[in-house]
Amino acid sequence: MPPDEVLVAQLRAGDDAAFALVLDAWSPGMVRVARRCVPTADLAAEVVQDTWLAVVEGLGGFEGRSSLKTWVYRILVNKAQRLGGRESRTVPYSSLTANDEGPTVDPSRFQGPDEPYPGHWREWPAPWPDDPADATLAAELRRCAGAAVAELPERQRVVLALRDIEGYDAAEVCSILDITATNQRVLLHRARAHVRRSLENYFAEVPA
Amino acid sequence: MSDLRCDRVVELVTEFLEGALGPADERDLVEHLIGCDGCSDYVEQYRQAVRTLGELPAEEGATLTPETRAALLEVFRRTA
Repeated sequence: MPPDEVLVAQLRAGDDAAFALVLDAWSPGMVRVARRCVPTADLAAEVVQDTWLAVVEGLGGFEGRSSLKTWVYRILVNKAQRLGGRESRTVPYSSLTANDEGPTVDPSRFQGPDEPYPGHWREWPAPWPDDPADATLAAELRRCAGAAVAELPERQRVVLALRDIEGYDAAEVCSILDITATNQRVLLHRARAHVRRSLENYFAEVPA
Repeated sequence: MSDLRCDRVVELVTEFLEGALGPADERDLVEHLIGCDGCSDYVEQYRQAVRTLGELPAEEGATLTPETRAALLEVFRRTA
């Protein structure tokens, strides 16, 4: 992938090989992110298509204040959120992490003020079976994690998807979503805690 | 020796892994983890969750249809 200055110049000059390059390189990630924001695969495809149309239209106005990819993803997330709406989760969900505040681990798991070590674990979290060679287990964990992501409130879900599924770093995510570093970290923290707990629940239900 | 409690540690994990804790807080947290199997297990499980999330894209065959791709290239040619 050429550096941004070259890429943008090529695109503005109508170089369709350059456009094909970004289409092919970025679309898979864009479809994955869109799929986490809208209820159906068809809607996700529509969002991605609309995003590329907006990119083509808006290339002249791109000022280079962020990377081209960040700019494209910003358009994508805006469109996906507008299309998906705030209530795109169909699974009713109540959890510690559903809001943006409060503990992410059930307080009853820690000793209370009258116990020997207040604030310390009552029982340690049960160890998870660790068999890297077990492909079935790994697939089950992915399924479980994916389901957990779908349960998250929208803002947590998008941050988690961009950070941990798509691999963008904190600064890029803050740029894409136009949020502060602290805000990003809070959302990420709550989302990851939920996924961890979902995996924990999975292990608790599976016979050893 | 700090008074860092486990119920506080679990809320600091993300900041810690992001490198956003101040040096004194980070030292206290690391010291706590060394002495607390419950919290170090929790952190390891948290990391496992993140690793599992990173494996999701490989399973999701997401891409544009050839028709969509062709249509977008056509729009690009006409517009640019």
